[in-house]
Amino acid sequence: MAMKEKVLEIEGLTKAFGDHVVLNGLNLSICKGEVVVIIGPSGCGKSTLLRCINGLEPINGGVIRLDGEVISNQKKSMHLVRQKIGMVFQSYDLFPNMTIIDNILLAPVKVQKREKREALQEAKELLSRVGLSEKRKAYPRELSGGQKQRAAIVRALIMHPEIMLFDEVTAALDPQMVREVLNVILELARQGITMAIVTHEMAFAKSVADRVIFLDGGNIKEQNTPNEFFEHPKTERAQEFLNTFSYEEVHKEVETSQS
Amino acid sequence: MDFGFIKEYIPMYAEAAKLTFSIGLIGIIGASIVGFICSIIKYVKVPVLRRIISVYIELSRNTPLLVQLFFLYFGLPKIGLMMSSRGCAITGLIFLGGSYMAEAFRSGLEAVESTQIECAESLGLKRYQVMRYVVFPQSLAMSMPAFCANIIFLIKETSVFSAVALADLMYVAKDLIGLYYKTDEALLMLVVSYLILLLPISILCSVIERRLQYAGYRN
Repeated sequence: MAMKEKVLEIEGLTKAFGDHVVLNGLNLSICKGEVVVIIGPSGCGKSTLLRCINGLEPINGGVIRLDGEVISNQKKSMHLVRQKIGMVFQSYDLFPNMTIIDNILLAPVKVQKREKREALQEAKELLSRVGLSEKRKAYPRELSGGQKQRAAIVRALIMHPEIMLFDEVTAALDPQMVREVLNVILELARQGITMAIVTHEMAFAKSVADRVIFLDGGNIKEQNTPNEFFEHPKTERAQEFLNTFSYEEVHKEVETSQS
Repeated sequence: MDFGFIKEYIPMYAEAAKLTFSIGLIGIIGASIVGFICSIIKYVKVPVLRRIISVYIELSRNTPLLVQLFFLYFGLPKIGLMMSSRGCAITGLIFLGGSYMAEAFRSGLEAVESTQIECAESLGLKRYQVMRYVVFPQSLAMSMPAFCANIIFLIKETSVFSAVALADLMYVAKDLIGLYYKTDEALLMLVVSYLILLLPISILCSVIERRLQYAGYRN
């Protein structure tokens, strides 16, 4: 992995909201084709990290590079940088005033100035790959949450971004719809798309990640391969965090308190 | 009820209704333009200008149209600014309507969720593209009910124009009552005239509102 070229490099990233420091000198680099899953307790700065990468939040310190180019706090050219970063949000945020196909074509046609016919062709292919061919001319309100999220993934994907950021994309979905969205992301991972994924789905994290990053208190507390991380977490904080996802501990606590 | 009288004066009412409608229309178009510009200035928080617009909105919304008209018609000539009755009526209506339209559009703009804007930005859209393709279509749809209510409100407000000697519907009715004491007939024709003017607009508005609803729907 170390031999591969780095797509994203973050050095000493600091972000504060007023007095509240959310990210504190964070370092992270992501290689081409790598899938990094970011987990951690709520409020640890996972989403903020993605938002800083995408320039939705100005940063207070450090530097972010994409393909070796500094992209942090570049107000003027941020819209150019964002074309190279695909982001998918928890709340899907398809534009309700447009059909699915118009949602998907907006950026390639208006931002990248691509030929409409060519973009349409690709949009159709991508939609059929995520099982939404039929919904091309539907409005977002006519789709289920899972379908909307898949359409939102296509909308980001068609820009051919250098890296895709997923911000808790299944958190607002019903359990049976989580699967269909995660399958799409797994498929993207197989195709070698570089991704940074924030999620609470531990089983999914385990199967999709090349590397798991555990974020706590504004910095990376631990990072490892998924197998190592989930089986043998090294730090106490990571152990505690992983325990909150298993219910064996609950049983034990109940038993000890009863005896 | 003297139907002969009614029949005789229908053309006069029609003429007055035309005047009311034409001034109302110009006033509403003007007010919409003023309101739209004001709402954008407030929305993107242009320094200084937004304060001036806030003052204008408060001034315009918290004084009666009649007082505003008197100011234009009797006050401004004192400093050498003469305006015709028609000019006063249109200016007054735009001054009043501009603030109401500004608030209608602003409420629509503010109802567009911030995540929609962030999402559009994350796709690489420039600021003006975000406004054009995402914010305006949604905000206009959402401000449509308030916009329609304002249209009807402004046309009704034209009834005070008789105070600046403009021969609108109200003026004609008062005139006929004064001349012939045909109070019932004159007032009946007045009510019917306003209904003929406003009901189609009202129906048209609810049709438009319903058709635009999709754009304001949440995801």
